Amino acid sequence: MALNFKKETFREDYTYSNSDAAIKRFPFPFPEDQYMYSVNIEPHTKGKQGSVCEFTFDIDEHYVAECIDKKITLEQDPGRYQALPHMMDAQWDFVELTMGALAQDYPEHFTLQKQGLIWTWENKPLGIKDTFTFGDTSTLAAEPFDYIGRQLQGDFVLLDHRDETLYADAGIVTSQADWSLAFNVGMSWREWHGPVPRATELGVMDRALKYLLNLQIGSPVRRLNWTMTVNPRLDTSPENYPHWGSDRNTVNAENIGDLVHLRVELQTLFRLPRSNAIVFSIRCYLINLKDIAIYPCWAKRLHRVQKTMHPDLIEYKGMTKFHPMMVDWLAKFDDGETLAIGTQPE
Amino acid sequence: MTMINVKVAAIEQVTPLVKHFTFVKEDGSSLPAFSGGSHVVVSIDIGGRVHRNPYSLMGSPMENEAYHISVRRQENSRGGSVFMHENVTVGMPLKITYPMNLFSLAKKGRKHILIAGGIGITPFMSQIADLKRMGANYELHYAFRSPEHGAFAAQLKESCGDHLHCYIDSNATRLDLQALLSDQPLGTHVYVCGPSAMVVATLETARNLGWPENHIHSEQFLSPPIGEPFKIQLARSNVEIQVSAEMSMLEAIEAAGVEADFLCRGGVCGRCELDVLETDGALLHNDHFLTDSEKASCKKIMPCVSRAKGERLVLDL
Repeated sequence: MALNFKKETFREDYTYSNSDAAIKRFPFPFPEDQYMYSVNIEPHTKGKQGSVCEFTFDIDEHYVAECIDKKITLEQDPGRYQALPHMMDAQWDFVELTMGALAQDYPEHFTLQKQGLIWTWENKPLGIKDTFTFGDTSTLAAEPFDYIGRQLQGDFVLLDHRDETLYADAGIVTSQADWSLAFNVGMSWREWHGPVPRATELGVMDRALKYLLNLQIGSPVRRLNWTMTVNPRLDTSPENYPHWGSDRNTVNAENIGDLVHLRVELQTLFRLPRSNAIVFSIRCYLINLKDIAIYPCWAKRLHRVQKTMHPDLIEYKGMTKFHPMMVDWLAKFDDGETLAIGTQPE
Repeated sequence: MTMINVKVAAIEQVTPLVKHFTFVKEDGSSLPAFSGGSHVVVSIDIGGRVHRNPYSLMGSPMENEAYHISVRRQENSRGGSVFMHENVTVGMPLKITYPMNLFSLAKKGRKHILIAGGIGITPFMSQIADLKRMGANYELHYAFRSPEHGAFAAQLKESCGDHLHCYIDSNATRLDLQALLSDQPLGTHVYVCGPSAMVVATLETARNLGWPENHIHSEQFLSPPIGEPFKIQLARSNVEIQVSAEMSMLEAIEAAGVEADFLCRGGVCGRCELDVLETDGALLHNDHFLTDSEKASCKKIMPCVSRAKGERLVLDL
């Protein structure tokens, strides 16, 4: 099925919106009425047809617009792409994984032809066609990870596995929920998770690390993470905080349903074969409160989750300014009906 | 656990004790690429009992048409290596896991010293392919009993040239670890794989010379040792299982139909770790994964290689 790519923006006039189909397939992250951190990792196996987990990497109606937004962010701040020199094997592993998956899952949009090490990649939506030698960086116009990273929705971090931990030694990060690649590059697992409240005490991070160190080739895993963002802005980076931080002050009882977005990250992790590194993929989905409320069980669930949210998490996720207003806005949808465990819209 | 269906494409006797096996995918497609130092776990069915043993991949990581492993016939084998030597034939289908690397090269290392004893050469065969591709500075020190036991010496001489140094017991040439490790530039990493005495001597020498712990790498897969039979209780599954002398705890759990997590099955990766809820005897820890204090606490056990003594051992499974 060919996708219809929308023309829309994620900055300034914010013309981003979700179609009915995109709302229905939104990866709603709350199966229960209360939220707490857990190692909610599951195998990244093929999901239901049409779901965001149907394929290895999800391409949707926002693909072209997101790639354009990524290009703008990288032009304004080239430091959003970083790769330490020892990560070159991992870069090529990443090329093989992503091009192979896209060509297999979306053959009408992407093709990959291999003649030995001479590969021809065609990306029809973005109008790109290149022939290069796999493993020979001089045959591509950019570093391999940079080249293909720009042609994918979401952010990617390549983690080097050494000294019994993982180091964030390469990344292309333009749609992050307030964290900085320039700050985190070269850091170890414990260092970059240091700021997460309550998780360290719960031992969640140590357990997750142990699990990931044993991540196997051919058995990727996934989890969902979430936060809330004012306006459908992909680039909520600390570097550009002056451009988006004050948006929280514009939220009022009238516009909250349009302005406040649930931001869900579909995080997937893959072991890379030749480098033994791990790809951490963070695919961002945005939906405003009004669109969530189209499905009553989602509105009820979100109300209960937010109403019982731990104050540390409200602060950590940057929701302090508009949180009470959001709970009030959602309350009108909640009749107290008991909801079954699960995340389906209906 | 996701397994790959392969068949044996070739078998070669390389020394009196070592056989080399070539595997290809049963359906003729390519095998996954891997990194130097990786291993696979091979499943074999011996009279209805499934043995799963880890073996290092020896081929070049760049070649994905076939995998290569070598198996040394073990004198005190519980059957696995003897079965591989006597019963596995060309064309036979086998199941293997995806490659897993617990012995990877430190890519930021400035120089790499590889020390192999006997069959311990196997993980280095694929690492050398990676080191050569990266143009890295390395030395391979390969010790074996006598010329006919130097399974891959000729092949290595050809691919490594001056980087290879051989030590042959029967010729009374010995590796002087102290001399080797006391004169290396900053940023050198040392890797050892071989008999237990050699691994221990290398680790101790390096530590005594003040090498940083994260520059010292070793791999030593353990076979589950034969021991006294004992009983275990699985609390969540609510079953009692007898572990016979020749079976590992993990094998006994699997034979009883209880699903347990595992990866390397050699006491290295930590994946099969179980919580000990109750015990009235001693835990016989044989793994390389738990720290000494964890072992002393009697709270955790690795069922792939460890055993117990006593009347009661209750596990959280």
